Amino acid sequence: MATPNTPLWEVFIRSRNGLAHKHCGSLHASDATMALQAARDIFTRRGEGLSIWVVPSSAITASDPSEKGMMFEPAESKIYRHPTFYDVPEEVGHM
Amino acid sequence: MAAPSIKVSETPLVLYVLRRADDALILGHRLSEWCGHAPMLEEDMALANMGLDLLGQARELYVYAAKVEGGGNDEDKFAYLRDVRQYRNLLLLEQPNGDFARTMVRQFFYSAFADLYWRAMMKSTDTTLAAIAAKSEKESAYHLRHSSEWMLRLGDGTDESHVRAQTAIDDLWSFTGEMFAVDDSERGLIDAGIAIDPADLKPQWLRTVSSIVAEATLALPTSDWMQQGGRFGRHSEHLGHLLSDLQYLQRAFPGTTW
Repeated sequence: MATPNTPLWEVFIRSRNGLAHKHCGSLHASDATMALQAARDIFTRRGEGLSIWVVPSSAITASDPSEKGMMFEPAESKIYRHPTFYDVPEEVGHM
Repeated sequence: MAAPSIKVSETPLVLYVLRRADDALILGHRLSEWCGHAPMLEEDMALANMGLDLLGQARELYVYAAKVEGGGNDEDKFAYLRDVRQYRNLLLLEQPNGDFARTMVRQFFYSAFADLYWRAMMKSTDTTLAAIAAKSEKESAYHLRHSSEWMLRLGDGTDESHVRAQTAIDDLWSFTGEMFAVDDSERGLIDAGIAIDPADLKPQWLRTVSSIVAEATLALPTSDWMQQGGRFGRHSEHLGHLLSDLQYLQRAFPGTTW
């Protein structure tokens, strides 16, 4: 129910073994406190999370889909930016 | 042929556990009635979650009651095959959902009690009850927080939500005294350290409830006349209707399974 009294919030969850909070969905709530409780009730019912962030969706500045050519295509031809041309010594282990 | 009701040997401990199990089952069932009907999807989930917490508490308590009783009863028989006069829940918890404000006020009054109750019961000399209390306390603490937040928003929200919340408080207030009542069968368990004396919880309950209600710009009634009866099977007219819904399948098709 999208009304001026219940704006949209974006929900980020940090899982048990995850290092970073990951975006997992959105919800409607009257304010930050209720958004946090709703996030808990909707997104952590199966033990998914140990920490929750909620952010007003209106606080997010998004890139324009119509500009994706300008924004992202120039990176596609620069394969040398992928660190796949190095031999990693075995002693280094996981990087 | 409809399934007949079971007989229960209500020793003090069996009765004590059944009373708390019935509290959890009946309030949990009331909350489940909101499923698909809540004012918004987010709250639909919140109410169902609380209902499931309570159903989990009810199951553990019924299993323990069956073990203590030592007869042929089990959790399903306690839930599905006792008549309304055999139910021992608080009258407050069988009251109809009404509007959202009424459901939240009922939840708030009870959760403010349950949170204190389960925390105190963690020190029970009965290790099973202490373990159930440790799990239930965390759930009740969240139910209290959630319902408290709604009390503030309903009371201090719009004129309409304020009136609805205040009406619910006025209508449900007389059912709150039963939470703190003790009868002879419970007195012995309290003396043995198995149960706690709920009267000891009342000052703290009143402080919690009063401060939230005041912050929500609402008011508690001054009347101290209180309803009694649920603990002894004397219920309001609402519980029978609830049970006819809850028990229909097992009564009509005894022993049926999914």
